[in-house]
Amino acid sequence: MIDIQANLPALIVVIPLLGGVLATFTGRGILPWAWASLVTGATFALTLRMMATLLQSGAPYISYELGNWPRWWGIEYRVDLLNAFILLVVAGVGFITTLYARESVNDEIAKDRHHVFYAVWILAITGLLGITITGDAFNVYVLLEISSLTVYALIAMGKDRDRRALTASLRYLILGSVGASFILLGIGYLMMVTGTLNMEDMHNQLMRLANLDTNRTVLVAFAFLLVGLSIKMALYPLHMWLPKAYTYAPSAVSALLAATATKVGVYMAFRFLFGIFGVGFSFYAMPSHLILLAMASLGIVFSSLAAIRQNNAKSLLAYSSVGQIGYIVAGFSLANPDGVAGSIVHIFNHAVTKGGMFLALGAVAYRVGGTDISHLRGLAKRMPLTCGALALGGLGLIGMPLTAGFISKWYLVKGAMGSGMWGLVVVVLFGSLLALVYVWKLIEAMYFGEPTGRSAEAKEAPLSMLIPIWILVALSIYFGVDATFTGETATRAAAGLLGGTP
Amino acid sequence: MIEFPPGLILVLGALLLPFVKGPVRGALSLLLPLATLVAVWLVPDDANVTVSFLQGMEMTLVKWNRPTAVFATIFSLMAFGGALFALNQNRKVELPAAFVYAGSAVCVTFAGDILSLFIFWELMAVGSSIVVWSGNTEASGRAGLRYAAVHFLGGAVMMAGILAHVFALNAGGVENPLLLDYFAFGPGGFDALSFNGPGDIAPFLILIGILINAATPPFGSWLADAYPEASESGTVFLSAFTTKTSVYVLMILFAGTELLIYAGMMMAVYGIVYAILENDMRRILAYSIVNQVGFMVCGIGIGTEMALNGAAAHAFAHIIYKALLLMSAGSVLYMTGKRKCTDLGGLYHTMPITMWCGIIGALAISAFPWTSGFISKSMISQAAADNHLFAAWMVLTAASAGVFLHAGIKFPWFVFFQKDRGLRPPDPPWNMRAAMIFFAVLCVALGVWYEPLYAILPFPNVNGPLYEPYTVSHVVSQLQLLLWSGLAFFLLLPVLKRTLTITLDFDWFYRRFVPVLWRSVLKPVVTVFGWSRDVFFIESKRFAGAMTRADTEAARIPLFREWSLGSAMVLITFFLFVFLVVGYTH
Repeated sequence: MIDIQANLPALIVVIPLLGGVLATFTGRGILPWAWASLVTGATFALTLRMMATLLQSGAPYISYELGNWPRWWGIEYRVDLLNAFILLVVAGVGFITTLYARESVNDEIAKDRHHVFYAVWILAITGLLGITITGDAFNVYVLLEISSLTVYALIAMGKDRDRRALTASLRYLILGSVGASFILLGIGYLMMVTGTLNMEDMHNQLMRLANLDTNRTVLVAFAFLLVGLSIKMALYPLHMWLPKAYTYAPSAVSALLAATATKVGVYMAFRFLFGIFGVGFSFYAMPSHLILLAMASLGIVFSSLAAIRQNNAKSLLAYSSVGQIGYIVAGFSLANPDGVAGSIVHIFNHAVTKGGMFLALGAVAYRVGGTDISHLRGLAKRMPLTCGALALGGLGLIGMPLTAGFISKWYLVKGAMGSGMWGLVVVVLFGSLLALVYVWKLIEAMYFGEPTGRSAEAKEAPLSMLIPIWILVALSIYFGVDATFTGETATRAAAGLLGGTP
Repeated sequence: MIEFPPGLILVLGALLLPFVKGPVRGALSLLLPLATLVAVWLVPDDANVTVSFLQGMEMTLVKWNRPTAVFATIFSLMAFGGALFALNQNRKVELPAAFVYAGSAVCVTFAGDILSLFIFWELMAVGSSIVVWSGNTEASGRAGLRYAAVHFLGGAVMMAGILAHVFALNAGGVENPLLLDYFAFGPGGFDALSFNGPGDIAPFLILIGILINAATPPFGSWLADAYPEASESGTVFLSAFTTKTSVYVLMILFAGTELLIYAGMMMAVYGIVYAILENDMRRILAYSIVNQVGFMVCGIGIGTEMALNGAAAHAFAHIIYKALLLMSAGSVLYMTGKRKCTDLGGLYHTMPITMWCGIIGALAISAFPWTSGFISKSMISQAAADNHLFAAWMVLTAASAGVFLHAGIKFPWFVFFQKDRGLRPPDPPWNMRAAMIFFAVLCVALGVWYEPLYAILPFPNVNGPLYEPYTVSHVVSQLQLLLWSGLAFFLLLPVLKRTLTITLDFDWFYRRFVPVLWRSVLKPVVTVFGWSRDVFFIESKRFAGAMTRADTEAARIPLFREWSLGSAMVLITFFLFVFLVVGYTH
């Protein structure tokens, strides 16, 4: 029998990988969903255990060599506090959205494709988990392709509801492939210089270079990686794939993507910028972080303005996501403890908040048939619990005290002050005012006026949807009231990153 | 004993309200404020309830600050009166929102650290925005958004200030930088005008954040914009908490800051000018809130024990009579559906209780002897006189006369007497009458039996009486002031009647003197304030309209246009180029 505890890091990827492949044989009916729930649930349990193991061991990280190959030849999985935390987010949100998906997928996707949908769905989660857990740069690229290809397919499955999902998916495929190949090029150049693919090794080799700051190969690698990562994490203005993709994807997919996909992109940026290149190179030798900061600030302002103008609630939230990525990127670009901690904690906070809101919109689509603002009008009278979840999530986006968003804002503003970036303080606070306007747009629609058309006959969403929605929303409130766990973890993980551990 | 913030009874209780109906809901809505009031008084003197926040910092949820007793008591009392007045209305969200709002206000008064103060401060903004918006008209929806935007802007500014100060304290190695003591800037906060670090700007940001909430011009237009758009009962709640919480916070953080004397004087004048020009009865009363809060802010700026006592006492008295006035106006609105002075009149025939309660409120706001206004307002004027602040004393005295003009006489005269418009509505339902009578009795009782209030003021004097309101000179001078301004009102009546057209066609006597006064003093003031008001009322709407218009308009702005794949590629290449160039040339 396999020793679960000893092979924990490998199992986190292997179980969903096999589970995903096996899902293609589950046939029709409820079975594909049940299987997916089982697999993602087991994976989530494993990540929980991983976190517990790490915290108990007290070690800075747990290293695992796949197939017992030494890590400089084979692939190393390495779990420290940062990626244990991200794994928890990805697997947790993956599990909750899977639970939610049953009714929604029944409604939105043709019956004969459910097994394919869940197979691809599980594989997408596998890819995201793999990127997060691996300590090998090339392995990052491989798993990135797994997650990207599966996500393109998932978005395209929205076509049964709206044909525009196909063009949205194609758009993401083209831009995403450009991003991925940039990342591949960057990794290739790094390998040229260092002769290794193991992240820690890469870092050590780079540090031994006498002329690191002027080495042109390293510089080119750095530039390619920055652009590629910016596309993948949808940093403004390289976010062009995101709004359409989130808008036309099936509801459950939008929630999964919004909560996890771009966040894993940010995690990759952490690993490359802090881990491989090191803080000294990325944030002191190179002025690039100032460009990132500028992009993030523009993103916060202009995406929020764009969100205000949307007539479809899903694209409103999609643009808001681009703005929220701006907060996350701005936080780590500061490269000080509060800023980086704010960035990490916001990955979690935004994942639960926005994930919950997208799920709630999915419930609206399920009952009303669309997510235009006009569909939401007066809906609070018919679907009070769903609308309540949307409203509470919205308060989180604004960053109201007692919601998780406030904790993020607290760290970010403090970090900006720590670096003397008063402009960023203004941008962050102004951004939350803009968030107020677009959230108000939702709230006004839901609680004001009379429902018409299908909204008038809508019933409250089924429990199988409400429970996952409220789990996420409740988490976003809980971690706003008691942020000890998230705050401590983020602060320690930030200290780890800034200390330069790969 | 009580080991939690008493305000939480209201906040959490409010969450139960939507789930109960009928008599249970009524009973609950009356019991919750009373329970809060009892809880406030059961909090032990040395209470110190803390919870931990990020990175080992502590939040102090329950602690007595000097003015806590006055404000917590009146806030709970007000929640009771408001709930009684609102008993017969059936809006689902208004009362729960109002309770969250009121409960958070009580929590603010018990906060012992800046963060929990701020958290409840923001929660108040949420609650009150919902109350505005529960007016359930097109106008109240829009006003609600503007109201929320202004308050969150204020909150954001305040938060920046708080964080800047926390940051500076952290850098200074302070153990628990959230404690309120570190934020009591007082008179010293503005002496050191140097910008060596982010901490130095903190007091300014915090002060601006509070002044926005206190409706100080030029940040104050939100008040008269939003309050009259709420429902009859909503306005009653709104009048009590937001500005008075700001007064409380100013009192603990900025007592003795000279700037506040001028801010207060400006508010007192601003409120009067606009109240005299206004025609909507509830907007008249809204402007007079600004005027009355001006007295309190001025008192805080003076900063002596007497002045602070006066400001606290005045806040207590003001909440009661202002709520009473707005209940009276709300009852009229409820029974007639009309809100403009020019549409009302002659209601004394059939609404005697509303009329009498309105008059008692009007007398109290005018500080007529034997009403609550008299025993509180005179303390502030006295403090100004004791400190030889002649200008402040002058303005406050003139403003007292002005209050009598607009709120004391104009409101009851135009609504209940004046020209009979043939309206014959009866008095409002029993609960509204009961709420009015309750507050009217309080107004008079406080005026006569003021010792219990004086005993809970921030600086209660243990040796003998603290302040003696009923001296012959006080009473006589106040009566003179009131009589003369009363006379002035009836002389000026022809002018005041036509307040909609500000052509001011004075008769021959005034033609010589008043135009000069108008051109050189009043008109500039009105213009400046009018400008700030226009920016808020008109420009902001235009801007918001332009920004939120979706679809076609938006598509024309390149920034918001969907990028084609080709241009996306160009952009990607551009960024690669930028990162390369920046890397080479750094």
